[in-house]
Amino acid sequence: MTAVLPSAKTGLAEFTSYGALSAHIPRAIEPLGPQYLSHARRMLRGRTWSEDERIQAELNVKSIEDEEVSEDEEEEDAAMLARDPKDWKNQDHYQVLGLSKYRYKATDEQIRRAHRKKVLKHHPDKRAQAGDNEDDGFFKCIQKAMEILSDPVRRRQFDSVDEGANVPAPSKKSKGNFYRQWGAAFEAEGRFSKKTPVPKLGDEKSSKAEVDHFYNFFYSFDSWRTFEYLDEDVPDDSDNRDHKRHIERKNKAARQKHKTEDTARLRKMVDDCLSVDPRMKMFKEAEKKAKEQRKWEREADARKAAEDAKKAKEEAEQKAKEDEEKVKEEREKSKKAKEAAKNAKKKNRRVIKGAVKDANYFVEGAASGAAIDAALNETDSLLEKIDDSALADLVQKLAGQADAAAARGLFAEAASSIGGEWKVFAA
Amino acid sequence: MSEAQQNGDEAMTVIGISFGNANSSLSFTGSDGNVDLIPNQDGDRSIPSALAYVGEDEYHGLQAKAQLIRNSTNTVVNFRDFIGKSFSDIDPTYSHRSARPVEQEGVVGYKIVTSSEEGAEPEFVSVSEIAKRHLLRLKGSAEDFLGKALTGAVITVPTDFTPKQREELNAIATSAGIHVLQIVPEPVSALLAYDAATHGAFPKDRIVVVVDFGYTRSDGAVIAVRGGMYTVLATAHNYELGGASLDDSLADHFAKEFEKKNGIDPRKESARSIAKLLAECEITRKTLSASNSATISIESLAGGFDFHSNINRLRFEMLARKQFDNAVSFVEVLVKKAGLDVLDVDEVVLAGGSSHTPKILDRLQAVFPESTHIAAPSSSAKALNPAELIARGAAVQASLIAGFEQSDIDESLQPVVTNAPHLAKAVGVVVADSKFFPLLESYTAVPVRRSAIFDVPAEGGDVLVGIYEAEREILTHKVERIAKDTTEEDDLDDDDEPFSDEEDEETREKVLKPTTKIAEAVIKGTKTGGKVEVVLNITADLKVSIAVREIGGAAVRGDVPAAEVQK
Repeated sequence: MTAVLPSAKTGLAEFTSYGALSAHIPRAIEPLGPQYLSHARRMLRGRTWSEDERIQAELNVKSIEDEEVSEDEEEEDAAMLARDPKDWKNQDHYQVLGLSKYRYKATDEQIRRAHRKKVLKHHPDKRAQAGDNEDDGFFKCIQKAMEILSDPVRRRQFDSVDEGANVPAPSKKSKGNFYRQWGAAFEAEGRFSKKTPVPKLGDEKSSKAEVDHFYNFFYSFDSWRTFEYLDEDVPDDSDNRDHKRHIERKNKAARQKHKTEDTARLRKMVDDCLSVDPRMKMFKEAEKKAKEQRKWEREADARKAAEDAKKAKEEAEQKAKEDEEKVKEEREKSKKAKEAAKNAKKKNRRVIKGAVKDANYFVEGAASGAAIDAALNETDSLLEKIDDSALADLVQKLAGQADAAAARGLFAEAASSIGGEWKVFAA
Repeated sequence: MSEAQQNGDEAMTVIGISFGNANSSLSFTGSDGNVDLIPNQDGDRSIPSALAYVGEDEYHGLQAKAQLIRNSTNTVVNFRDFIGKSFSDIDPTYSHRSARPVEQEGVVGYKIVTSSEEGAEPEFVSVSEIAKRHLLRLKGSAEDFLGKALTGAVITVPTDFTPKQREELNAIATSAGIHVLQIVPEPVSALLAYDAATHGAFPKDRIVVVVDFGYTRSDGAVIAVRGGMYTVLATAHNYELGGASLDDSLADHFAKEFEKKNGIDPRKESARSIAKLLAECEITRKTLSASNSATISIESLAGGFDFHSNINRLRFEMLARKQFDNAVSFVEVLVKKAGLDVLDVDEVVLAGGSSHTPKILDRLQAVFPESTHIAAPSSSAKALNPAELIARGAAVQASLIAGFEQSDIDESLQPVVTNAPHLAKAVGVVVADSKFFPLLESYTAVPVRRSAIFDVPAEGGDVLVGIYEAEREILTHKVERIAKDTTEEDDLDDDDEPFSDEEDEETREKVLKPTTKIAEAVIKGTKTGGKVEVVLNITADLKVSIAVREIGGAAVRGDVPAAEVQK
């Protein structure tokens, strides 16, 4: 019920403004709900109410027009047009509606539109108008196709056995692109999956995890495929119940059999694909390599330790050998030096003794035996007492002395440096 | 995944997640536009937010909640409120009978044995990790049910969740592989679900009190619905009120009864006795919401004695009277907090599982005037399940924003969009008999445009359209008792009589009184039986444009500039 406005007194202006609104309260709107979306759109796009309404209305019109855009039509072949509607079980419903390129992917909207288009074209009234015979066989086919495709349950049953959508799996020996051939087959197979998204076969660049996921998915494939569509018609007459039940039992068994066969078929297909998948070989090799690499890395430490130990041992041996040789050499050297010293001493003694003889035993004229004895005795005792360097010194001094007296002086000097009583030299 | 992106909107799989402290729910919008809840693998639509560990096995939902009896130290419940909080800020009251929260390196978590080895050391699991595992389970349930990978979700949180907590929840959900489209407040989500189911896209302008009686806590919000947009005027929270407190009063009663029979107080016997008693009391309470009496039977409650008893609804309502009083005062305080009177409240929407309790509705009906509609399952069989409302709202919102880019969604959540000036007073037209007809109620966000159609007086002629601001006034009428009535009542009902004598019958009425005249327009020479359309357009700076026209005639237009103060 609407409210009634009061009457105006005469003499008032058409519009009078009195006062402004009271100050606003700032508050936050909760960002939920369809009206908030419009509010946000207006605020963000800086539109006023009427602008926004106009733009939204334009958008709506556009989207309705989009719907009407027609798709290119499929050819209708003569064999299909001449189909017997009673044989609907063997008819390709998608082809009848001109949707054979979409098949299970066709949306309900597409089916509805395709049906409408076909009806407009093939309606018996239309054909009668065009002077055609009154054969409405194909129209019945269209209605049957619609009946099945518009019912989600029956459409699934038909999709389950829709040969047109099947992509045969390539044989194991087939040459050609593995990914393209098997990929198409698995994509078609994937339409039966209860779970989505269905993984793709991928290509040579797919990771191991992706490939594993793909095969796991298809090995544990959860399929909605059913085979009711292939059922033998159950007679609906009530006069033979046993026969009816017999057929029903047979159908049930057949469905079960089909399902088992289908599962086995898919399993074999996955097995085949897996056995020829070039990636499996690649992964195996990569894994082997990785394993070796890991092993190599793991053993690196041990190897290094062994090498170090060997090196250290060799070094130690080398050092020991060198040391030994050095010691030996030194020993020989000292032995030689000793011998040389000994020889030098011997020679010096001979020289001294020679010098004593040359000096005629420090006597004038022919030396008596006693004098010779005394001189030699004293020379012996001198040689016994004198050290090596003094001896060498004496020998050197004596070398250039032919004079007996001078030689005697040298002897006396050497003897006095040793100390003791020297009768012959001092005389 | 890539296929989902290519297909665009059609492949969007978005759900609403109501992540409650006690229970969580999942919801989605079907292809037919109907919102429905998603059951988990056990078939529960209300999934307890609980995780339990037995050795390496993880249990979730109802299975985990059942572990509270035998395996309480490895069972985590009521962890939602701990998300993004420091140890000093959390209230561990409701973790008393489960794994207790502990602090490690400044992070709140639980010490849980997650290994079946003998003498295994308990492992520290942070609250974030627990929440992540919970969300992962929920995600798994949703994906199993829908058969598709999720592309996004709207998650609800209480209004007292801080920005930090929201951020933390977002991070947790992301780590669980859930793309969060938006985090929305619970009461508004509940109201959105209620409006979507009962009003469609254009809900009526009204003030709604949304009360969410949950299991461990109760939350309330006063929300102004104006032109389909929601403005929260006030919120209130009570962390002691909820299903748990009702269970406690039942448990006390049964414990006393058991003690009388067997001489053992199960509350003092063992933690397991208490857990058994509480688990059964919860079931009994839920039964009492649907039927007038319920039985309880517990095997080997304490000391090896079985317990079997029954209780009727009246008894329960007496036992839990204190809790119901609390619930009523909670709502009364909430309305006061918004600066409103109960007469201002046009509708009450009850959410949360505990709202099934019929007494709560009874008590609230006594608080609000008869004109206030209270939506509760105990008042009408057709009412939506209050426990599902919040999740449903999230699914509605998810389906609304599913088609947008995340950057667009984030842009629309900026304060520059959400913060808007609201009208302080109602604006409307004074109609015949000096009555005020509101076009725009107070708390309407501007800019706004609104139109209404009025009748002209029966004789036609010149018509006055006066645009006014109005204030709400509450008039109190005293109804004098008629002597004859009293004598009649004496005969009929003795109990009522003392009350009726003491109190004067009073009726209160809300009226809008026009206070300030904004503008006046005159339409000349209207026809008999004509109609006049008034269009009000208020800009963000409170400039008013008015267009008045007789339908089929020329329009009178005029502008009222904003007040000086505004500039």
